Parts: sequence; structure tokens; C-alpha cells
Amino acid sequence: MNKGAALSSGIDTGEEILSVRNISLSFGGVKALTDISFDLLKGEVRAIIGPNGAGKSSMLNVINGFYHPQQGEVWYCGSKRKSLKPHQIAYQGIARTFQNIALFKGMSTLDNIMTGRFTHMRSNIVSQAFWRGPAEREEIANREKVEDIIEFLEIQAIRKTPVGRLPYGLQKRVELGRALAAEPVLLLLDEPMAGMNIEEKEDMSRFILDVQQEFGTTIALIEHDMGVVMDISDRVVVLDYGKKIGDGTPDEVRNNQAVIDAYLGVPHE
Amino acid sequence: MSPEFLYTLEVILNGLMAGVMYSLVALGFVLIFKASGIFNYAQGVMALFAAMTLVGIQNGQVPFSHLINAVFGTHIHGFGWTLPAFVAILLTLLVMILFAYLVERFVLKHLVNQDPIILFMATIGLAYFMEGFGDLMWGSEIKVLDVGVPQGASFWLEDFTAGWAAEGSEYYGMYIDKLDLVATVVAIALVVSLTLFSQYTKTGRALRAVADDHQAALSVGISLRKIWVIVWAIAGFVAMVAGIMWGAKSGVQFSLSLIALKALPVLILGGFTSIPGAIVGGLIIGVGEKLFEYSIGPMIGGATENWFAYVLALVFLVFRPQGLFGEKIIERV
Ligand SMILES: Nc1ncnc2c1ncn2[C@@H]1O[C@H](COP(=O)(O)OP(=O)(O)OP(=O)(O)O)[C@@H](O)[C@H]1O
Ligand SMILES: [Mg+2]
Repeated sequence: MNKGAALSSGIDTGEEILSVRNISLSFGGVKALTDISFDLLKGEVRAIIGPNGAGKSSMLNVINGFYHPQQGEVWYCGSKRKSLKPHQIAYQGIARTFQNIALFKGMSTLDNIMTGRFTHMRSNIVSQAFWRGPAEREEIANREKVEDIIEFLEIQAIRKTPVGRLPYGLQKRVELGRALAAEPVLLLLDEPMAGMNIEEKEDMSRFILDVQQEFGTTIALIEHDMGVVMDISDRVVVLDYGKKIGDGTPDEVRNNQAVIDAYLGVPHE
Repeated sequence: MSPEFLYTLEVILNGLMAGVMYSLVALGFVLIFKASGIFNYAQGVMALFAAMTLVGIQNGQVPFSHLINAVFGTHIHGFGWTLPAFVAILLTLLVMILFAYLVERFVLKHLVNQDPIILFMATIGLAYFMEGFGDLMWGSEIKVLDVGVPQGASFWLEDFTAGWAAEGSEYYGMYIDKLDLVATVVAIALVVSLTLFSQYTKTGRALRAVADDHQAALSVGISLRKIWVIVWAIAGFVAMVAGIMWGAKSGVQFSLSLIALKALPVLILGGFTSIPGAIVGGLIIGVGEKLFEYSIGPMIGGATENWFAYVLALVFLVFRPQGLFGEKIIERV
């Protein structure tokens, strides 16, 4: 069962829920991350920004266990995390979306989001196969949670639509729904608004802030649109060529010379 | 109705029954291919192995008795019991589940992220290993499989249809084997229950999730390794059903594993990832080869059933490489 709630129960809003410490990750000769450290406080929206190839996605992949850094530690809910597989990390209350939409194309919106409930369902395959008591009750209870999320994201109209047929913006929304279905302690969003028009971005920003406020979820957000970042994030960490070059409130980061240089493309010495 | 029409109808029905068997074997392929991208060459041998195990367990044969006798100079052969069919089937199922676990533990686990051709080669190795292992365990002689499925002409159907032909014509009713009827009913029940399972249960959704996207499946907490064990176990179950039906019809012997080859053209028609495709493809090949043999066969010397399916597959490869249900393949440039 999902242990997220139990793990994070001792941590108050505003205290550290996760931190990465001196993370270095390379692929062959490519140094994706070099000695990166920062923390996430419970209940905040923490943006991770930086130019293309800066190592933002790699950072999320380290946090959710897709990548295993050569050096460094991840601390989660007050203790050092041992090396875990991504599916085990999901059971600790960390959910995510992907930069390139990774939905289950053959399934409906409903089933995609229902799959997000996986870590909250405990019935075993035998009881499911014979469709008896507990498995059925569990299915119904989880289905109700999923309907709540569908309502929250205002996607009732596409409940039964196979997601492969949905327009891009809605696919992104369904993917958020699937992550939310896990009732995560920590939600990782990799460019949730990429490729959206202004109206869609506004909707998405509103959902993210609602999630933060209503459920107290901690959110790590990768985003290229500076306007959005300044609007919805509490703190920002800036990466460039795998190194951390800035960390602070949106205002602090905006006025940081190294950050300005990185974005204006000042050549590296 | 004219007798010719009724004969043709009979041929079509018999074709559908044969096709059901092809569909079953193809289904086993599709399940594994969808979940893991592995083309499982061992699917046919799994059917053979399951049938051998079933016969062995049912007749109380001591596994590896030849080996044991040779090493220890003993003369043991059987436990001296005969188990009821359903007990033997359940035990065989347990063996197939254990087999799935062992395959994951000792083969697949070590080959994650390898090229498809490597995985394919691994399943060829697996097929030969299982074949030899099956022989060692249960002996290589041809075995009679009898789980109490009725066989022979369905007289009821024969009598029922005898009156259909026009008055005075020489027609004595339709010949359909009871075994084929049972096989069809069992196959339908199997497909329906698999579909329900995959649509409405947690594990079923997880199976579909893994088939669609490994990364996303991991991110919601699904363990790929567990799913692979489950998929191989289900494929083993499907193989067992095919093995029982085929074995009851023509005895349990090596040629049973060759039905897997007939599944290949089915997959070309139906597409490697489509379950409805496997079913419809199997039926088309079954009906196609029977009809072809009935209508054209006599003109060209018969025995067309040996090659018809493969030629049909070739035609498909040329004109519709994506199969019946696949999306049209458009090269990305
Ligand atoms: N699996 C991988 N194998 C090899 N190199 C990788 C892999 N993942 C990332 N990299 C490399 O690591 C570096 C950082 O990539 P990453 O995807 O983390 O950047 P990003 O900040 O998310 O960029 P973008 O804004 O384009 O998404 C790049 O040079 C990339 O090529
Ligand atoms: Mg990225």
C-alpha cells in the first residue's frame, strides 16, 4: 500500500520534505548533473528552470528513481533514501508526469486515471480474477476517488474517450489526473504546459495552485514559460549545463546575474 | 437448401473450429509480445509441455523416472494413481505458473533492455530446453490425453441438419466433431474471461498499462517484473488449453509444438499486438484453408492445407503489412 501519507505525517508544512544532496550524474562522457543540492519544503511549489539540456528532467528522473546518480544522496521525509526502483518510489507517495506525454494510449481517460490509483489498491490477483467481495468493493471505492479527480479537472466530457484521440492539451490534463490519483505527497511535473496556448496554460496554472492549496501537495515543476514560473512558484532553482546557478524566490532569481547570463546565452568561460 | 450449399457450410464451420485453435495459440504470442516486446518462439513448446505434464500427472507418472532408474538402478514408473481430470488440470496450471516465475527469474530478468532479436534468440533456446526437459521429465513416447472431452461426430447435429437438404437428395447431415465444439466453447469462455479480467481489475489494467508504456507504468507503481510473471503465466494457461484440445485430438507428441508455426501467419494477418486480430486472423486462416482445400484443392492435387496459410500471409505482407487491424504504417522522415 501507498506509504506516502504515513511517511510524511510527521512533517509540518514549510519543513523539508525532500532534499537532494551533492547529486552528480553522467551518461558516458556527458555530465547531466554536477554536484547539485537543493531542498523542497512541504506544501510549496518549487520550480526548476534552465535552458535546454540543463539537466532539469534528469533531476526529476533521479528523484523518482529512473536514474541512479553516481554520487549524492536523496533525503525523503527525514531519512536518507536507499537505492529504490521507480515503482517502489511510487509507493512512497511520489507521482509524476512526463515531458513527452506518457499516457496509456489504448485506455480511456477513466482507466488511465484509475491506473494512477494502483498503489492504493491491495487486493490480490486471485480475488480479482474471481471478482469477489473485497476486490469489487475496492474497485468501487477507488472509482469514486477517480470521479472526484475527473470533476476537479473538469474533464467529465472525455471520461470514456480513448486518450490517444484527445488533443494535446487535454492529454496533458489527463496525465496530471493520473498523477493526482495517487494522492501524492510530492508531485513532479515535467513541463506540464509545454505546447499549450495561453488559455490552456491559465487553466493548468489554476489546477496546480488548487492542488497545492486544497491537498497541501508539494510540487516540483519544470517550466520554460517565465511568466508562469514567476506567478505560481514559491521558490525557484536554476540549472545550467548540469550545474546549479541560482536558488531562491522568483524575485531573487530574476535579478541574479548568472541566471540572466545563462538565459541571454552569455558564453561560458 | 441444396446439398452443395450445406457441404460448403460444413466446410466453413469446420474451418472455424480449426481456426479457434490457431487463435488460441496466436493469443498466447500476442499477450507476451504486447507486454514485453518479446516474440516468444517457445509458445508452441509450452503447449506441448503443458499437455505432457497433464498426462503425466493424471496417470501418476513419476517425473524423471527414466533418469532416476538409470542412476539408481531402480524400477519405479508410477505412483499408481489416476487423478480426476480437473485435479490434474489444476496441478498443471500450478506447474505453468511456476514455469513463468522461473523464466522471469532466470532468463528475462537478465535480458532487460536487450534488442528484440536477442530476446527472440533467448526464447528459441528456451523452446529447445523445454522440449528436452519435457522429454526427460515425462518420456518422449506419444501419449494419449483423455480429460473426458467427448469425441466423434455429433449425432444430434447430424440428425438435426439431415432434413435441411432438398427432398430426395443424398444428404445425411452435417459432420462436426464434438471435440471441436467443446474446444470452441472453451476458447470463447477463455477469451471472454481474459477480456473481462483485463478491463475491470487492477491487475488487468496494469497489464494493459505495461503494454502501452513501461515508464509510465513504473511511475504509477507497477512492477514490470511482476507483470511479466503474470503475463507468462497467462500465456502458459492459454498454451495449456490449446495443448489439451490439440492433444485430445491428435495425441501428445512433438508435432503438437508445431502448431505454433501455424500461429505465425495468423499473427501476420491479425497484427502482433492485437488480441481481436489474433482471434479473427485465426478464424480467417482456419476457414480459408478448409475452403481452399475443398474448392480448389482437388484440382491441384490436394494437401493445400500445408501451405495455404503461409501463402496467404505472404500476400498480406505484400499488400497490407500492418495486418488487418494495424494502423497504416507511414514512414517518418
Ligand atoms: N538517458 C540518457 N542517456 C544519455 N544522455 C542523457 C540521458 N538523459 C539525459 N541525457 C543528457 O543529459 C543532459 C541533460 O538532459 P535533460 O533531459 O535532463 O535536460 P533538460 O534540462 O530536461 O532539457 P529540456 O529543457 O530540453 O527538456 C543532456 O545533455 C542529455 O542529452
Ligand atoms: Mg527536459
